[in-house]
Amino acid sequence: MRIVVLTKPVPDPAAAEHLGPDGRVDRTGGNVINGNDEYALEAALKLVETHGGEVTVVAMSPETGRDVLRKALAMGATRGVLITDPALAGADWLSTIRVLAAAVREMEFDLLLVGVDTSDGGAGLVPAGLAALLGLPYLSNAATIEPVDAGVRVNRITATGFETLESATPAVIGGTQALGAPRYPTLKGIMGARSKEVAVRTLGDLGLDPATVGGAAAGTRVVDLRRPPERGQAKMVRGPAADVAREVVEFLAARGFI
Amino acid sequence: MPGGIWVIGQAAAGGGLARLSSEVATLARALGEAGGVPVSGVVVAAEPAALAAELAGFVPRVLAVTEPALAASAGATVVAQRVAALARTNAPNLILTGADPDGRDIAGVLAALLGWPVLANALNATWGPVGPRVEISVFGGKQFSTSEFTAGRGVITVRPNAVQAVAQTPAGSVEAVQIADHLALPGVRVVGRIHEQHGGAAVEDARIVVAGGRGIGGPDGVTLLEHLAEALGGAVGATRAAVDAGWIDYPKQIGQTGKIVKPALYLALGISGAIQHKVGMQTAETIVAVNRDADAPIAEFADLMVVGDLFEVGPAILDELRTRRG
Repeated sequence: MRIVVLTKPVPDPAAAEHLGPDGRVDRTGGNVINGNDEYALEAALKLVETHGGEVTVVAMSPETGRDVLRKALAMGATRGVLITDPALAGADWLSTIRVLAAAVREMEFDLLLVGVDTSDGGAGLVPAGLAALLGLPYLSNAATIEPVDAGVRVNRITATGFETLESATPAVIGGTQALGAPRYPTLKGIMGARSKEVAVRTLGDLGLDPATVGGAAAGTRVVDLRRPPERGQAKMVRGPAADVAREVVEFLAARGFI
Repeated sequence: MPGGIWVIGQAAAGGGLARLSSEVATLARALGEAGGVPVSGVVVAAEPAALAAELAGFVPRVLAVTEPALAASAGATVVAQRVAALARTNAPNLILTGADPDGRDIAGVLAALLGWPVLANALNATWGPVGPRVEISVFGGKQFSTSEFTAGRGVITVRPNAVQAVAQTPAGSVEAVQIADHLALPGVRVVGRIHEQHGGAAVEDARIVVAGGRGIGGPDGVTLLEHLAEALGGAVGATRAAVDAGWIDYPKQIGQTGKIVKPALYLALGISGAIQHKVGMQTAETIVAVNRDADAPIAEFADLMVVGDLFEVGPAILDELRTRRG
């Protein structure tokens, strides 16, 4: 089973500042693997452990994203591909899926796993858009992934439970935290990752014109950027339970919730 | 009707029009009025009549597409292909969906097929010099941005609870539309459905969320959350710690790798307010916290903070609610 996983480098969500003054995500600081991508990676590693095969991890980012690929390799991925090009700064969603699709088209795979959304952009549209561009089936919000005869089966999380989906492969799957907690790299894994290949692909390598993708071609622009108004310090309430309960309920009633 | 604004009507899990779709339709109507642009709804379903009639309560005109393929296949990709085909002949400038999982799937496929840009997770939109100006919260509410389409054309996904649904009178018209095109994208079969016993209300749609963290301690704490949610007419939510402990199902998880919610009221029990949770709920209008630790980070962004034991304060709030209602 050949699996490709998109592992997006994102600013550490615990850090304070993320957007530069130009309204673009500041990608110069420390990066981590996007949360839902890391769950997808874990699912991919488990699948190849059980069924055999290999896992290729792909990141589109500045050179700093290489660290994220190294971590994925240390967890057990077979090889990495870093898509990087100065012209990609400020790429919008449409450019992003076009570039990713061009890179993925060069690979042979049965499954393309992508986290359902990211902690920086958070639009949650990349896996669906990629599936459409690649002309592949899309199975979203996966809680489980299992190979079946001539295809793949996914339990998709819905508002009321799950629906079980099946499609032919190759297919694109949107992964969630329900796939299971990611492993930590072992020392052996970290050492082994040093000798694994990280191929670099530029827009030129992918046959893409920088005028048609990236910042120059963005179909959206930020016209204003601001911090949310500070919430005042919380009103603190202490005392016997019955008294504080009355105060809470009066507060809720005053705001129209009761 | 070239240059129009379209809103895609999505079905709710239990049947009928999703409340989110009525909110999105209300926003579309407001944009249309501000910009002097016609607004239409689009419904694609195996039997679209009822859904289309409901959506027509919010927009002047609804296109109803009958799609037999939706009876047994995963819907988003099919819906997106039908809307894309309609859009190629009718040439709207803007198409709006909900930013819930189904809406995202539709929007992603649709925008890719049309080659349109997307502004995602809108909290509001107004009409500017070159079309809509869309307000978005990024990084879970750490910052807000206002964005627009450079060519005035694109797909917008709208967060639940971003706008309040307002019906229009009289209701709009419904037109049945046939689309004969071949479905080019490969299908995904639905081979089974599993209904969770304790499904409850979807946390991302709820106007009131009662959420628990590590401090709820186990099943008794979950029962308390459920009783409070029932008494307030809300949905139960959870932090990752409560989900990892196995007390509450993942679909109710709020935060970085779970749902992002914007309820009117967020009642947080035993939740410290770590950043990974905060990014999922800090745009709630009112936040009330119950926590034993007065120095918990949630004190920095709650409106009201009760310092105390949630197993004493929670039941007392329930009693007080019942007393008030007689």
